[in-house]
Amino acid sequence: MNTPSPPKLPVSVAANPRLSSWLEFSTDGHVIVSPGKVEIGQGIVTALAQIAADELDVDLSRIRMRRASTASSPDEGVTSGSLSIRQSGRALRHVCAEVRHLFLEKAADRLGADIAVLKIEDGTIKGPSNVSTSYWELTDEVPLDRNATAEAYPKPVGQRGITGTSVQRVDIPDKVFAQPRFIQDHNSPGTLHGRVLRAEITGAKLVDLNEDAARAVAGLVAIVRDGSFAGVVFETEHDAEVALNALRKGATWSVGETLPDENDLTSFLRKEPAERTVIDTRNATSSPTIARTITRQYSRPYIAHASIAPSCAVARWDADRIHVWTHSQAIYVQRIDLARVLGLPVENITVQHMEGAGCYGHNGADDVALDAVLLARAAEGRPVRVQWSRADEMTHAPFGAAMAVEIAANLDINGEIVGWRHSIWGNGHTSRPNGKEPPKLLAATELKNPFPRLVAANQQQPYGGADRNAIPLYDFPSWQVEYYRLLTMPIRTSALRSLGGQCNVFAIESMLDEIASERGEDPAEFRLRHLPDARARAVIETVTQRANWKPKKQAGIGHGLGFARYKNLGAYCAAVAEIEATDEVRVRRLTLAADVGEIINPDGAINQLEGGAIQATSWALKERVRFDRKHIVSAGWSDYPILRFSEVPEVEVILLSRPEMEPLGAGEAALGPVTAAIANAVFDALGARVRDLPINRDRLLQAIENAP
Amino acid sequence: MPQIRFRLNGADMSVDADPDRSLLDILRGELGLTSPHFGCGAGECGACNVIVGDRAVSSCDTPLWSVANKDVTTLEGLGSAEHPHPLQRAFIAEQAMQCGYCISGILMSAAALLRQNPSPSSDQVKAALDRNLCRCGSHNRIVRAVLRAAHEMAAG
Repeated sequence: MNTPSPPKLPVSVAANPRLSSWLEFSTDGHVIVSPGKVEIGQGIVTALAQIAADELDVDLSRIRMRRASTASSPDEGVTSGSLSIRQSGRALRHVCAEVRHLFLEKAADRLGADIAVLKIEDGTIKGPSNVSTSYWELTDEVPLDRNATAEAYPKPVGQRGITGTSVQRVDIPDKVFAQPRFIQDHNSPGTLHGRVLRAEITGAKLVDLNEDAARAVAGLVAIVRDGSFAGVVFETEHDAEVALNALRKGATWSVGETLPDENDLTSFLRKEPAERTVIDTRNATSSPTIARTITRQYSRPYIAHASIAPSCAVARWDADRIHVWTHSQAIYVQRIDLARVLGLPVENITVQHMEGAGCYGHNGADDVALDAVLLARAAEGRPVRVQWSRADEMTHAPFGAAMAVEIAANLDINGEIVGWRHSIWGNGHTSRPNGKEPPKLLAATELKNPFPRLVAANQQQPYGGADRNAIPLYDFPSWQVEYYRLLTMPIRTSALRSLGGQCNVFAIESMLDEIASERGEDPAEFRLRHLPDARARAVIETVTQRANWKPKKQAGIGHGLGFARYKNLGAYCAAVAEIEATDEVRVRRLTLAADVGEIINPDGAINQLEGGAIQATSWALKERVRFDRKHIVSAGWSDYPILRFSEVPEVEVILLSRPEMEPLGAGEAALGPVTAAIANAVFDALGARVRDLPINRDRLLQAIENAP
Repeated sequence: MPQIRFRLNGADMSVDADPDRSLLDILRGELGLTSPHFGCGAGECGACNVIVGDRAVSSCDTPLWSVANKDVTTLEGLGSAEHPHPLQRAFIAEQAMQCGYCISGILMSAAALLRQNPSPSSDQVKAALDRNLCRCGSHNRIVRAVLRAAHEMAAG
């Protein structure tokens, strides 16, 4: 038998080589697993437990997943980008394989047996003639306080048993049986309650603050003011609310910044000062004859994270040491930012993760952690819990950036695409804490000695930010992709699920649909003809077959197709939308086919894709951050409606089986394809093309009026 | 301060508090429960839903005085891991959530529905849950779970 060449250390293990930082065998027969990635509502903790159980050959019920903390957990950066299985999963597989081997070596020694004949069943290591030992018996003899080597051999695919199955999520029982798991429910004895006063006028500074009325409220612990940052700390949450309202009445604000005209967003995006980057170019081998050029502009508005729970954090100071409980996606990075703001060494701060409500990107989690730290400093060793309001969450957390995308397609005499230019205008999609100066936390920009607020940056290819998914996967002979990153940012933007991918896929897939329609060619056939990647073709073929593409035309009903490979290197996803359209659009059914590589938990992957499809439907039909020239006005659910139960389409997800392939992540793959599929279905139903999201009543009527 | 009496999950309660304060505030504050979740404070999302009498209401905009002498049920009172309500079993069986923050309110809306209508159609479930928001997109699983619980209850 050939020995396979040892794999390189996975990136997370290379950064955190200590085996004991990942794994521990407890005396009571459990395995304690410490991933650096965190649960953000995506079910990752269960999938990682499956991987550990599989690789160690223990029952899943023996695995205890430890919440990530800077005190003990490996540093795995940010839980984002559909990378948790790729990074944390690979790391755990590797670490568990190595640990398993160390125990087998020790067991062989103890049992006097050849390592090759040993078997592990639920943690018991069995040799010939009924001799056995276990991980727990040997744990003192196998110190894990040593570095991982590259000499571990994770099990080949065929020997895996727990991964690849739909085990139930480990966190769900607590959530249905009212056991507190969320940070919002973390209420240790003696906890105080804080609230922060935030301006309703965008960018306004706190000029004057009369604290008298707030100070008169019972249960006062402290009122904190530092420049434009102001907040209250009270014994009870109720009193903190009352005091905050009193404080608001005593506040005088400056005029703030002028916001763009929400009804002319694309002009604003295309006129602001910007930095141009050519993202990618392909040059044709011969110069084709261009018969004509079709130019179209697509856009999306600012989109709110709109999690059901407003952000929350708890902090406690002990002299100059701080403990923070947070639902951040990046505990280590948050710690660096907090230390910078406070002028403390990072070692003085422990940041511990607790679950928040669904996290779809850089929301208010990190900001509220600094709020809690600043308020807790005034509370003499007692924990302070700070809860943002719905309005704080909907107006002060970063938004997904608005985008304008123009595509110009050169066609030859036969209507074939011979050239393609894709231009993007909009703010960057990244202003999350990244460990670099300055700290990116909201309150840091409000202090008397403020840190500057940077304009959002762009994540570079191969992942891309605003340009995510902008490079065509189709075999056009030439293209140019360019991005105009705005150098002003009146509305704060950062990473939201799929970043620029949603709008770029919407634009590309709409444009292809327009060209296919002009050619009189079936849009699925047209795509298949231009896609060299067999895995890409497979998801389109699967979804079209499943959805009986293309069903017979019925009045008022439309079918549309959308496809992308997320980030051009992640999961493949194709979607067919069936909609009914009159003066409003109702999505009746979404059919998705996805290739996510190796699947750790099929139901978990389907849940993520299905959730992404429904969220995309909500974005596509309803969502738009609203503002006048001074305020974000969509501060609550009535001004920022999201899809309701009565509006939710049926969703079917088909997963292609690729157990031998690298896992590709699933969380963000559906957003672009579903948005595009809905837009294309609207055109199919009405012959009217809506190019500006959301596809609401006004946009639809306008498109019908403009239709040829 | 007047004393307001009501029954919480079957037990008699008496609270000394401003009667205009919200029920959510009292449940999470004085009474230390964690299942009714704060989501918006305006009765628009359903995360704080509880059952008062036999109806699901948003506790964030229900004043304390209005529940005087009434029965209030929260998720803590619906069932337990040892004695689960069929809805709790069904939500586990259907893996009917992603983050789960909205689920306690949704379970209470669903429990109130099944008390009034033990065999709802899918559309009736959706109508009953229409004031509950879910951001993760678990709606279809949730509807399936409610229907599963109804079937189980009908089967006895």
